[in-house]
Amino acid sequence: MSNIPANLRYTESHEWVLDNGDGTVTLGITDHAQEALGDVVFVELPEVGRSLDAGEEFGVIESVKAASDLYAPLAGEVIEANEALEDAPETVNEAPYEGGWIAKLKLADAAALEGLLDAEAYAKLADAE
Amino acid sequence: MSQLEKTPLYDLHVELGAKLVPFAGYEMPVQYPLGVKKEHEHTRTACGLFDVSHMGQLILRGPDPAAALEALVPADIVGLPKGMQRYALFTNPEGGILDDLMVVNGGDHLYLVVNAACKAQDIAHLEAHLTAGHRLELLDRGLLALQGPQAAEVMRRLCPEACELVFMQHARVTIDGVEAWVSRSGYTGEDGFEISVAAADSETLARRLLAEAEVEAIGLGARDSLRLEAGLCLYGHDIDTATTPVEAGLIWAIGKPRRLGGERAGGFPGAELILQQVQDKDHRRKRVGLLGEGRAPVREGAELYNAEGERIGVVTSGGFGPSVGKPVAMGYVSIEASAPETQVFAEVRGKRLPMTVSKMPFVTPGYYRG
Repeated sequence: MSNIPANLRYTESHEWVLDNGDGTVTLGITDHAQEALGDVVFVELPEVGRSLDAGEEFGVIESVKAASDLYAPLAGEVIEANEALEDAPETVNEAPYEGGWIAKLKLADAAALEGLLDAEAYAKLADAE
Repeated sequence: MSQLEKTPLYDLHVELGAKLVPFAGYEMPVQYPLGVKKEHEHTRTACGLFDVSHMGQLILRGPDPAAALEALVPADIVGLPKGMQRYALFTNPEGGILDDLMVVNGGDHLYLVVNAACKAQDIAHLEAHLTAGHRLELLDRGLLALQGPQAAEVMRRLCPEACELVFMQHARVTIDGVEAWVSRSGYTGEDGFEISVAAADSETLARRLLAEAEVEAIGLGARDSLRLEAGLCLYGHDIDTATTPVEAGLIWAIGKPRRLGGERAGGFPGAELILQQVQDKDHRRKRVGLLGEGRAPVREGAELYNAEGERIGVVTSGGFGPSVGKPVAMGYVSIEASAPETQVFAEVRGKRLPMTVSKMPFVTPGYYRG
């Protein structure tokens, strides 16, 4: 079974979101998503400073099999992108919730976090696939 | 869509935890728990076992089967020595390619291996063109490929005789008690063997091979990245009815005796156009290898441009090459852009990524030539 940490929030498009408690979040793709994608060979990161709408495509993850779009879980501004993934995209497979994080956002509306799935709801969704 | 067929190794794939996908009408393992990248690397450094039983194995019998087959392919089949295998192409009257295949001279018969997706069409094509007295039989056999630099060490323990074969030689042998037809060939760029075995013996032999420490089961995902790095065409992608053998860079698959001035010149579908292209080299596009500079894979369908922004071609296969460590692709470009080291640009998600036209294969082949 895939790892679904209880302290994170999730989207139906398999991103995870960590509330940093200061109006910013860190996000990445879930263990379930990295497993389904297979070996990641390239991550197209968002530009820092870019403003995203909730649900907007902001990057791409390429695995040996296919390209898969990344969607912004929440509206906000990109304040940091994980540049380490440029040289080591496989970190997304190896540590999806740690070194494999993709970007940090400054949220337009911190309360919107509450609208995301919790671990239990996401586990049900992942199980159903 | 009719129900998917299963190879004789289906139960074994399930037991090994393979991810099964529909492929050419069969339920096939795209990867095992090891994953595509590690499976690829394992095959390049040790030894991989592939189930390719979905491919069509045919026997052609009758008077002078080699001459009969030459009416459909530009390869030199009449001159193929007994016990040797050769790459061939079924061509159409427009000079396009209907399928690519392997042909073995079995003495009184030819043994053919054709692509799974083209199997039914190839059989119909052969039957429509063969004269009375020829018989075509579709075999119900398994086909395994044992590939990699350690394939010969593994084979030496189970069937030393097979290790005496050199690249493209074929023999009937016994592997640990199982009767098999073995050729020293493959689709990975590595040394290795392709092993045809009775359907009922397939699982026994596969388990025996997997029991050797060097051997891992490898799925279709790695098979594709391995053959791409080896510069080998995938039918329906890099070659099809709209590409000629000359455009595809497969002139070597047109036997010398079949070319203009040769002793059996022409006599295959599309010969006039194809042989004229061989002679005049006036084709307008060519299949080339492409090496990316960054890490973003450039996949099939990506449009290619020159530095002036003019469209010059299209990618027909592409991905990240785990052994090359860079994006690798092949595609067709206009002759003007086909020289090695030419810089071209592939459009990926609206961006133009630089790529360099490169000689293929992208990796040094490990073929054993004795």
